[in-house]
Order: sequence, then structure tokens, then C-alpha cells
Amino acid sequence: MSSRRLLTIGAVTIVALAAIALVLLRAPRLSSRATATPRAAAAPPPTVPAPPGRKIKARLFYVADDGTRLASVERDIAYGDGATAQAREIVAAQIAAVATPVVSAVPAGTALRAVFLTEGGEAYVDLSREVVSAHPGGTLNELLTVYTIVNALTVNLPAVTAVQLLVDGKEVETLAGHVDLRHPLAKNLSWVQ
Amino acid sequence: MNVRTIFRFPTAVTLGLLLALAAALSSQTPAPPSLTVLSKDGRRAIPIAIVGDQEFVGLDDLVTMFQLTLREDALGAITVGYKGKTILLTPDQALASVSGRLVSLPAPPSRSGRRWLVPEEFVSRALTLIYDQRLDLRKPSRLLVVGDVRVPRIAVRYEPVAANAGRLTIDATPRTLSTVTQEADHLTVKFDADALDAPNPLLPPPPAQSLVTGVRFVDATTLAIDLGARFAGFRSTSLPMETTLRLVLDILAQAQTETPAQPAPTPAPGQPQPGPPEIPPAFGQSSSVIHTIAVDAGHGGDDDGVRTAEGVKEKDLALAIARRVRAIVEARLGLRVLLTRDDDRNVPMDERASLANNNKADLFISVHANGSMRPTTSGAAIYCAAFDKDAAQSAAAGGTERLPTFGGGLRDIEMVPWDLAQTRHLAQSEGFAEMLQQQFRDHVPLASRPIDRAPLRVLESANMPAVLIELGYLTNPEQAKLLTGDAFQNTAAQAIFDAIVRFRDTLPPGGTAR
Repeated sequence: MSSRRLLTIGAVTIVALAAIALVLLRAPRLSSRATATPRAAAAPPPTVPAPPGRKIKARLFYVADDGTRLASVERDIAYGDGATAQAREIVAAQIAAVATPVVSAVPAGTALRAVFLTEGGEAYVDLSREVVSAHPGGTLNELLTVYTIVNALTVNLPAVTAVQLLVDGKEVETLAGHVDLRHPLAKNLSWVQ
Repeated sequence: MNVRTIFRFPTAVTLGLLLALAAALSSQTPAPPSLTVLSKDGRRAIPIAIVGDQEFVGLDDLVTMFQLTLREDALGAITVGYKGKTILLTPDQALASVSGRLVSLPAPPSRSGRRWLVPEEFVSRALTLIYDQRLDLRKPSRLLVVGDVRVPRIAVRYEPVAANAGRLTIDATPRTLSTVTQEADHLTVKFDADALDAPNPLLPPPPAQSLVTGVRFVDATTLAIDLGARFAGFRSTSLPMETTLRLVLDILAQAQTETPAQPAPTPAPGQPQPGPPEIPPAFGQSSSVIHTIAVDAGHGGDDDGVRTAEGVKEKDLALAIARRVRAIVEARLGLRVLLTRDDDRNVPMDERASLANNNKADLFISVHANGSMRPTTSGAAIYCAAFDKDAAQSAAAGGTERLPTFGGGLRDIEMVPWDLAQTRHLAQSEGFAEMLQQQFRDHVPLASRPIDRAPLRVLESANMPAVLIELGYLTNPEQAKLLTGDAFQNTAAQAIFDAIVRFRDTLPPGGTAR
């Protein structure tokens, strides 16, 4: 074996070792990317804390005076860095407790567990069990609860085209025995005045 | 004088005496005519005096009844006053001056002893202009309706339709709701009114052997329809007209007319009773194209649905209405009615639809009561299923598969995705929803938007026309009280029944809803 051939083998080995080292060093980032579809944003805290005090305007939905539809209201809500974080901020603001005379169609005590976004534009909103256990029932009430969340995300985030509600991390048939929640639901403004 | 003359004389005398006696009796029998005054305070009568062919009432009676003032001056002019407004009458003139405005009367005031009499029209033409409540004079029935009292005019007709059927029509003007219930040997029709303005007799005597032997008053707002021995069953339909609500009762006879009818069993109080099992098909239909109806009582078991502070549960209300619908439809149309639950138990969503699908029901009706975050929200709403565009297209594309059959051979089977079965029936479902809305309009208070479309789980898998009815809001205290009442539940069940009849009648002969 000539010295030139030994040099070549040595160079290839060094390059291979460097490549392996590079792969090993970057592995955690690739892994996190793989799980980022769908991307999850546990709540709280947000994955990327927003600069304190930074706000955006969003349209939120509450029960209209006649009780049969939703009325939209423009509110300042916390800025979220990225679509998932922003979706979480919107839902958190939407389900937050309100003072009379505003009435929310989301049962009091409902907490946001997580928001997931897929690259297909579907949002999965995971709510705590109170959205079922504290729900007062009735087809209309349930429709308004569901479309409060669906419309809050689809109206404010153009990238979100449909929303599916989960309860305690699981898919549910309905919240109160009426509205089919087994699939993501598209924006529906017929429930808004 | 021959023998015949001898006998003729006493006969003539006897007849004359009898006629005189009858005339004397008849002159005593009829009560003096009176004008019945109906108001919130009750029913009172004012005597009517007939002068010539004109009906008069005493001015002093009107003064007492309506708290008027009466003054007669030296020249004979009469001034009637009420709260600062006046009517001036002149004894020899068929005119009245009402606060300076002249109105005509059919006759001048007439003196009777020390009293003044005025034509009845004085009330409707003059007094009504100064009085602070509506005065509605109904001369043919000698009725004066004061204020906001609901007194519909009632007109009753009966006509035989065939050898074994007859049709009784009751018009109520203005439109007035009514509830029909069957008793042992008669039907009762109770109107949602304060009194009825009806002719006497209500109906000319029907011929012998008629299915309806008479119509009479039970009380001020209830009529009884007496039924002949051949009665087997009936079907009622409400038809809203311009200002009238027409109740059509199709009365059906037993098929074996020569067999004496057995008296119907006395129904349990408050329970609609199924009619005889052999009730013939309804009118105009040689064979019904609807055979089975699935009625789904919403919720059940540990799922109460909406619950009021007083403990009223949607699940109980839904079951009560579903049972009433079943009783009426089975009794009057002879159709099979399946309840998805007939007791208080939890029924999974898919089981509700599969009961209807597996039994090839022609119509699926889910009964619910609504809830709102606002306590004032009210009214019934009818929901049809809604699907997104992709789902609808996917279902429409459908497809068939060639599958082996029992006994050998292959057969093309149409494959319908379970969750999209309703997509093929949406047009008929919406048509039925429209009919329900029309039938509810005069019976059941409707929401501001009575028909809606929504992705409702229980409707999506129904492979037949299907609707979900929310009869009203239990979260509204007034509506909760209404919905839990027997009268409303009967009325709602009747309206659903009427819509089913209309839906059936729109299907082509020999066609099917499925």
C-alpha cells in the first residue's frame, strides 16, 4: 500500500467521523422537527414567550343579546410568536371569564390544555373536561359553544381552515349530545349576527 | 149534518185548541232576547227590545255597563258621556254626533216609558269611538266583545265523503288553536280562547246512521262531536287559511258496517289512546307510501339534556312528546312508530340511527328541548343535518359493489358511508322541516329563525328524511312552564302529526320517502 493511498483512506475516515459527529450533534433538532407536525403548544406557558405588553387585535365571539347567535367583538389579545402560539393566545382569550353583560358560550371553568396545528390548516383545540361537565345543554347552546372556538381561530388566523375540539386530550362525539365533533369543523359565520 | 161532518167538527175544534195551546206555550217558552257582553270581567246580558224589525238596547243598561253618564236637556236632546267625551243623540234623528262627528244609526232613539232605547249599532258606531276599549258587536250571534277577549267565530260543517267516511270541518276566525281528544263516544275540540262565537245549533241534524250524530257545546270553549255507532277512528289536520284556522276531522267508519260497533274503551285520563288496530288508510290514499316512522326521544339515562332549576329534564320532556306522537300516528294513520327509547336509558347515537335504518323507517324525527345562555330566548326550531362540501361530494360519488347473495349469484349493492347516509335525503328533510314549520306556526311558538342546518350527530347516519325538533327553551321560565303542560304537549304532537300527513301526501303514489 502506497503512502498516497494511506493518506486517502485517512482523509475519508476523518470526513466520515466528522459527518457522524455532525449527525449526532444535530439529532435532537431533527427529532424535534419530526414531532412538530402537528406542532403542539402546551398551555401554559407559551413555547415562545411574547414580549411583555405586545398586543394584536382579534375578533372574539360572545352570545348575542337575543341568545340565538354569536356577536363578534374586537379585542386586544396577547401576541404569540408563530401560528401555534398565536392560536393558543386567541383561544385562551376567547374562553377567559367575562363580566356581565357579556355572556360567553363556553362554560365557565373551561381551561385550555393545548392547541395543535397541522400543516393542512387544521387546528386541534384540547379543552378541559369542564366544557362537557359544566355545559348547560341544548342544541343551540352547543352550536354556539363549538362555533365560538371554531370561528375565533378561523376568522383570526387565515392559515387555520378547520378546528376540531378535543376534551382532556381525547376525541369526543359531542359536547352535549348534538354537534358532531368527530371531524374538524370549518368556519361558519351563519351562527354570527 | 152527516156522520162525517159530526166527526169533522170536533176534530177541527181539537186541532184549534191544540194550536192555541201550542201558541200559548210557545209564547211563554223562548227567553227574551238579550245581547251577551263578553269582557275580561266575565259574561253579562243586556235585554234586547225589538221595535219593528230593529233590535234596540236600553241606554240605561249601557250606562250601567260601561260607566257612562247620561243627561237629557229640556229640548229632548240626550248626551252620553265617557271620560270627557260626548255623544249627542236627538230623539227623532237616526244620527249621533260623536265629539262633533256625525255617524248614522239604523233608527232614531226610541222612548219606552221612562227609558230611552237605542239601536244596537249605537254601540259599534258611536260608543266605540269614545270608549277606551275595543267594542266588537257581532249582531248575528247577539254578542258584544269588549276589549282584548279572544272570541273566535266558529263555523261547523259535515259532509259524508264515502260510505265509510265523513269529514267535519270547523273554521275558527281569527285563527285559533285547538286540541282534539277522543273520549268514549265523542271527540272534544278545545279552543285556546275565552269564548266561542258560534251559531245555535252548531250543526243541522245529520242524517240517520251518520258517523257524526251531532255537535254540541261542553263549555264556553269546548265542543263535543258525538259519534255514531260505526265510528272507528279519526284523523285531524289543521289548515291555516287567510284569517281562519280550519280544523279538518276525517271520521272513519268500521269496515264491517253490518256488525254492531263495540263501545270504545274509556281512555285513561291525560293519555292519548291508540284507536282500533284496523283503522283504514287515511283519505285519498289507496295505500300509504310511509310505513314506519322512527321517533327519537333525545338524551336519556345519565344524560339529562337541559335541566331547569325546578328539576325539569329535557330527557323526560322528549320522551313524553315522543310517546304522544307515537300514540296519535299509530291510532290515526295505522303506521308503525318506533321509539329509539321508551324508557329512561342512555342510547348511543349510532344505535338511534341504526334502529331507524335497520327497520327501514321512512322518516326520522328526533325530539328535544333547547337551552340558551340568555333566559329570554324562546321558540321552537327545526334542524336539518349539514355536511361540508367534501363530505357531500364524497357521498354523492357513492358507488356500487357487486356482492354475492344468499342462494347464489351476485347483486349490485349501493354503498353508502354510514356517517354520510343523510346527504342523499337532505332535500326531503328540508321539505319536511318546512312542513313542520308551517304546522307549528299556528300551534307552537317559533324561534326567530325556525329552520337551521347544523352538523348534528344523530341525523348524519339516518338513511331517510330526518329532522331534529327543538320544541322550545327550557332555559326560559315561561317556555319551561308551557312545554311541561299537557295542552302544549298534545298540541305539539298534533302539529308533528299534521306535518307527517302533509309529508306523506306530497310523496308520489307508490313512491317512498327512502
